[in-house]
Amino acid sequence: MSDSRALYEQVILDHNKKPRNFKKLEGADHSVEGFNPLCGDHFTVHLNLDGDTLTEITFEGSGCAISKSSASVMTTVLKGKTRAEAEALFEQFHAMITADPDAPVDDEALGKLRVFAGVREFPVRIKCATLAWHALHSALTSDDNAVSTEE
Amino acid sequence: MASQKDSTTIDRLDECAQAINVAKIRADFPILGTAHRGKPLVYLDNAATSQTPRQVVDSIQDYYYTKNANVHRGVHHLSQVATDVYESSRNKIAQFIGAHVGCEIIFTKGTTEAINLVAQTYGRKHIGKGDEILVSHMEHHSNIVPWQMLCEETGGTLKVVPIDDHGDMIMEEFDTLLSERTKLVSIVHVSNALGTVNPVEEIIEKAHALGVPVLLDGAQSAAHMPVDVKALDVDFYACSAHKMYGPTGMGILYGKATLLEEMPPFHGGGDMILSVTFEKTVFNTLPYKFEAGTPHIAGVVALGATVDYLNTIGMDKIAAYEAALLDYGTQALQQVEGVKLIGTAKNKAGVLSFTMESAHPHDIGQILDDHGVAIRTGHHCAQPVMQHFGVAATARASLAMYNTREEIDALIVALEDVNKVFA
Ligand SMILES: Cc1ncc(COP(=O)(O)O)c(C=O)c1O
Repeated sequence: MSDSRALYEQVILDHNKKPRNFKKLEGADHSVEGFNPLCGDHFTVHLNLDGDTLTEITFEGSGCAISKSSASVMTTVLKGKTRAEAEALFEQFHAMITADPDAPVDDEALGKLRVFAGVREFPVRIKCATLAWHALHSALTSDDNAVSTEE
Repeated sequence: MASQKDSTTIDRLDECAQAINVAKIRADFPILGTAHRGKPLVYLDNAATSQTPRQVVDSIQDYYYTKNANVHRGVHHLSQVATDVYESSRNKIAQFIGAHVGCEIIFTKGTTEAINLVAQTYGRKHIGKGDEILVSHMEHHSNIVPWQMLCEETGGTLKVVPIDDHGDMIMEEFDTLLSERTKLVSIVHVSNALGTVNPVEEIIEKAHALGVPVLLDGAQSAAHMPVDVKALDVDFYACSAHKMYGPTGMGILYGKATLLEEMPPFHGGGDMILSVTFEKTVFNTLPYKFEAGTPHIAGVVALGATVDYLNTIGMDKIAAYEAALLDYGTQALQQVEGVKLIGTAKNKAGVLSFTMESAHPHDIGQILDDHGVAIRTGHHCAQPVMQHFGVAATARASLAMYNTREEIDALIVALEDVNKVFA
């Protein structure tokens, strides 16, 4: 296993320190909580939809650097995307971080999200990196149920 | 680094280290000589599980190579040999915790099973509607959930003694909550999340004054201080071998014979009976009534070897050394920027639970791992403690008799690196 410098990319550290879109969204169309009971991470993802398009997406809560930066980066890449595009990105993101560490990363499809490629070397951190995405998924499939990493 | 610490702390630490000969102890634990990421292993997760010395591992091999047979069942030679080592281990363990009579020692899978045993036997018989069980706010989940399950079943109520911001139990509240309705007090001896050593003598005396029995969760005390169940006059004491430098999957429940005698059995099966017909079964005598089925014989033998090992060092000396190491570690940790200690009780054992301003516990643990330093991060199976201190998780370094001043220094260097990475 490699040194965790491979995990804590500069972009990740930056989003951890200065999370983007880190606020409550009053009157949001959807608000979904995500928990990781094992480490106590707890975020809420808020979003507004115009038809099929995500017009606004924010988050709040607390957690480790990986879960927080992942939530933050997620909000920056999803604004303006359609439901289908957001779901497709989640799938690609999930596939990347659960792939073999030596597998090539599809830079073009993943864009900014590829900074999380280091997670592949630290499988226990997959839950951290996907927590906010699971909450998003629940919001988009519109059951709005709180999600937990331990179900 | 060291110059900023109190020189008497260092002198005392070095003195105690010599008294137990830490270098010699370390040589008995092969794993302590291994490296991780090219860095020597610094194992500071002893409250989760402790490492095991060669003598204990050898006893397991010796058992399987030369003594293995079922116990209490055969007339053949090996069965006798196995039964002898099994029962002599029971007596060693009894003596180790001051129980004197072997039949008061019940073998279990660990502390968790021991507490469940009491809940499902003593609890079911004696704790009914309107009755209360008293625990503290610093319990491990294994001393909460079995009682909640029991209360659900019988209509009893779980009462919780609050703790203060140092992590001490508030004894005035204990006095108020302890009443005629209390049927059992079940308290952690040493908190795994905070290191608090509870005033168990006082708790037992006060409970007994009202005729209430007391169970001590000794998971974190058995290997770190002398324990004498008779002197304490405690009614039940539970501990786990894997936190005492012994094997996993092994633990004990001590119970006063008078209480164990009148308790119904826990599991049904072989060994726990005297005679079985389809009309009537007569249960075996103590301790076999509570040991249904073929037990973990190798584990029992290994626990006997563990106790022999600890006796050669001496629990007094171990406690003194770990106290000196804790003082040193506490001072060292407080010099790291942004560190906040969680758990600052008056009387503490070797647990250093903390948070850092710069990083979440999960990230602290990750960076420390790069340095070969193994700590635990999370809620430590004590979520109510986390809730009390308003944190989701802590980082926890927990000490053992084989840890050294140099290892604490390595922890500090690694924590300073955490501050650098997350600056
Ligand atoms: C205070 C305390 N009680 C109970 C337990 C449960 O022990 P085991 O998992 O060995 O049954 C632990 C272990 O973490 C503990 O620290």
